[in-house]
Amino acid sequence: MTAMLNVKDLRAYYGQVQALHGLSFSLNEGSLTTLLGANGAGKTTTLRAICNMVRSTGAIEFEGKPLSGQSTENVVRLGIAHVPQGRGTFTTMTVEENLQLGAITRNDKKGVVADIERMYEHFPVLKERHTQQAGTLSGGEQQMLAVARALMLRPRLMLLDEPSFGLAPLIVRELFNILGKINRQDKVTILVVEQNAQLALELADKAYVIETGRIVMSGSAAEIANNEDVRKSYLGY
Amino acid sequence: MELFINQVLAGIATGAIYACMALAVVMIYQAIDHLNFAQGEMAMFSTFIAWQLMQWGVPYWWAFLLTLAFSFAGGIAIERMLFKPLAKAPILTNVAGFIALFAIVNSVAGLTWDFTIKQFPTPFGSSPFLGSQLISTHQAGMIGVTVGLLILLYLFFQFTRIGLAMRAAASLPESARLVGINTSWMIALGWGMASAIGAIAGILIAPVVFLEPNMMGGVLIYGFAAAVLGGLTSPLGAVVGGFLVGVFENLAGTYIPGVGNELKLPIALALIITVLVLKPAGLFGRPIVKRV
Amino acid sequence: MSAVEEVTSEAPAVEAVPKRAMTLGYGTSLVVLGLLIIAPMFLKNFFVFQMTMLLIYALAVLALNILTGGSGQFSLGQSAFYAVGAYTSAILMEHMGVNYALTLPIAGIICFGFGFLFGQPALRLSGIYLALATFALAVAMPQLLKLGFFEHWTGGVQGLVVTKPDAPFGLPISQDRWLYYFTLVIAIGIYVASVNLLRSRSGRAFMAIRDNEIAASAMGVDVALYKTLAFGVSAGITGVAGGLGAIAVQFVAPDGYTITLAISLFLGMVVGGVGWLPGSIVGSAFIIFVPNIAEHISKGLSGAVFGVLLFLVIFLVPHGARQVAIVAQQLIGKLKK
Repeated sequence: MTAMLNVKDLRAYYGQVQALHGLSFSLNEGSLTTLLGANGAGKTTTLRAICNMVRSTGAIEFEGKPLSGQSTENVVRLGIAHVPQGRGTFTTMTVEENLQLGAITRNDKKGVVADIERMYEHFPVLKERHTQQAGTLSGGEQQMLAVARALMLRPRLMLLDEPSFGLAPLIVRELFNILGKINRQDKVTILVVEQNAQLALELADKAYVIETGRIVMSGSAAEIANNEDVRKSYLGY
Repeated sequence: MELFINQVLAGIATGAIYACMALAVVMIYQAIDHLNFAQGEMAMFSTFIAWQLMQWGVPYWWAFLLTLAFSFAGGIAIERMLFKPLAKAPILTNVAGFIALFAIVNSVAGLTWDFTIKQFPTPFGSSPFLGSQLISTHQAGMIGVTVGLLILLYLFFQFTRIGLAMRAAASLPESARLVGINTSWMIALGWGMASAIGAIAGILIAPVVFLEPNMMGGVLIYGFAAAVLGGLTSPLGAVVGGFLVGVFENLAGTYIPGVGNELKLPIALALIITVLVLKPAGLFGRPIVKRV
Repeated sequence: MSAVEEVTSEAPAVEAVPKRAMTLGYGTSLVVLGLLIIAPMFLKNFFVFQMTMLLIYALAVLALNILTGGSGQFSLGQSAFYAVGAYTSAILMEHMGVNYALTLPIAGIICFGFGFLFGQPALRLSGIYLALATFALAVAMPQLLKLGFFEHWTGGVQGLVVTKPDAPFGLPISQDRWLYYFTLVIAIGIYVASVNLLRSRSGRAFMAIRDNEIAASAMGVDVALYKTLAFGVSAGITGVAGGLGAIAVQFVAPDGYTITLAISLFLGMVVGGVGWLPGSIVGSAFIIFVPNIAEHISKGLSGAVFGVLLFLVIFLVPHGARQVAIVAQQLIGKLKK
């Protein structure tokens, strides 16, 4: 298997404060990887650094192309979809407009129309509400919309930042099922940052644990789930 | 009663100009969250370009189109050179920048075309409109152009991909970048469109107020007032606000004793402030929630 | 009403200024003070008059600085307060024969009240809306002063001529020099009082509001009171400056207090450095002298030259004179080592 995303010695800064201290990891094509860590460990920053939304140094390569120095929108255009924390919903626009925005870089009109229909199959609730302003959706529905919007890009790689945040457990499970389906059926490589470690480890095939801006552990999801320290710190048993 | 109808119609006609200026103001406000104090001067400069082209023998509508193209490019150029570097500067610095731009444009226009007033032609003629004594064909033309412009803008923002991208960039720049929109160029595009819309306002009003470097001073203030009244986030609000301000200004000048021409402006502004105190987001604006 | 609301975290109106940086060190203050005292002795009367105006505008810029740099509120309407101060002094002197020095505190108090009252509706406005409201005030003021109703007192469009005071106690100095030193004493008094105000409890309340209004109110700061107070204090100081201006120019007329004056004062604050009180005098120098310099460079293009100079300031020293002062301080520090 070839590495789709290669991150070497990534350091990121907010002003004078360094948030990442030399992170290195790689994602295999078609894999579903999770990044675990406590609050403030640098999970979100890692995702933001991949899309060049924070000042960072180090080398990031996506399918052999270096990403550093690229603007966020150009990184996205390479096929990396990022579902940000807080979902980034365009609240004043309709659900359908949000989906169209996800595909704004694509030129195949027919494909876009077909993909919107596909999203409505994945997420029937969005179809019911497609003319509603997105801001009127519930938190769970907005998260579905955010994932759907990201998929409209037809991404090769999808970055998800805390998709379970603030959602009811049942909805989280549904969402994760869909993520698994997307990963297997649509062959989208996924990197998901999660607080809900248990669920993330069930879903993922590989996991990294980061603490204070450094990777402290890596391995297959099963290995990590059985690790004593991880169980104490993140799984609570 | 006839005087009243007359004044309302005349108010709607001048309101059309305010509506155009307000649209231009809203375009830039949507893009960068600032009021462009130099919008009126840019419009005046565009109008001079149109005048100059006509002096050189270019037919009216060609001059009109060329001026729009020039203004569009000029707006983009100003954004790229002067205001893009200020994107992260505090509001006060931006305001100072707009004032500086105002001074430069006004002064360059004065030096190039001097300060004597010039006649500006109208394509609509100035005979009574449909045989009515109430408004002239030029005034009717102004109203028609403004309404047409509003419809075009609506179609553009609602049904084109680039319009959708511009709306997204204006409402949530970070999310817009995450779907691959080049927000920086959307801002430049907003400037270009604002500049072109301002040019239309200038060309429409020049036959009425005559062409000279200071012709837009008062108009811009009413344009701001209209934009704020309608809600700075709503193009429709800007146009409705423009018509309301125009009508109110005329009625106040006619019916409130002792107002006359001198006090029209302060009264119109006082009205707007009253509206704002009661309804800060304007008539059509979205309420803005501030985060700590 | 739509249920959808847009949440924004706006760009700050003003960048926060570290508190210590709001004033000058003692040494520098003494040097500046010395220069201000000695310079007029060697200058012609006309230049002394210009230096008087420099101090007066510096006071007006300082007043705006307290409002904007202190409490974070915009104003494009300072010319209105300046006009009220000027007219108060002029009317008291010419119609009621009040001594010129006594008119100043009265002008200050009247303007404080005016500013405080204006601050009430302004409370509901912020950012651009407040800028527009104050702008409207500035536009309206000359028209109000021209009203026939007040003409007996204001002299209408013609305005009022103000008598220039002589030096008291038979001091052997010219009227201009006397007025200069008189202004200097008042300016220093107000400067010191302002510095102390910003260092006081109220000053901290102002700055808390500037930095984050919601957080300030959560901490128990009476936001409404302090915001209107800031307007009052700012208007009061501007009023005193206006009164001094009327005496120095010996004339008040509606068209002397247009929006142009308000914009000049605003630019003076930006150039001097927002929130940095000593910068007020630099800003004042900019708005008095730069138009003259621009006029010298090119008569027809003076507006363009002025605009270009302003852009240079914005791009090269976005924090105005404060930034220059900090760099200078660091250079001196290095030389000492």
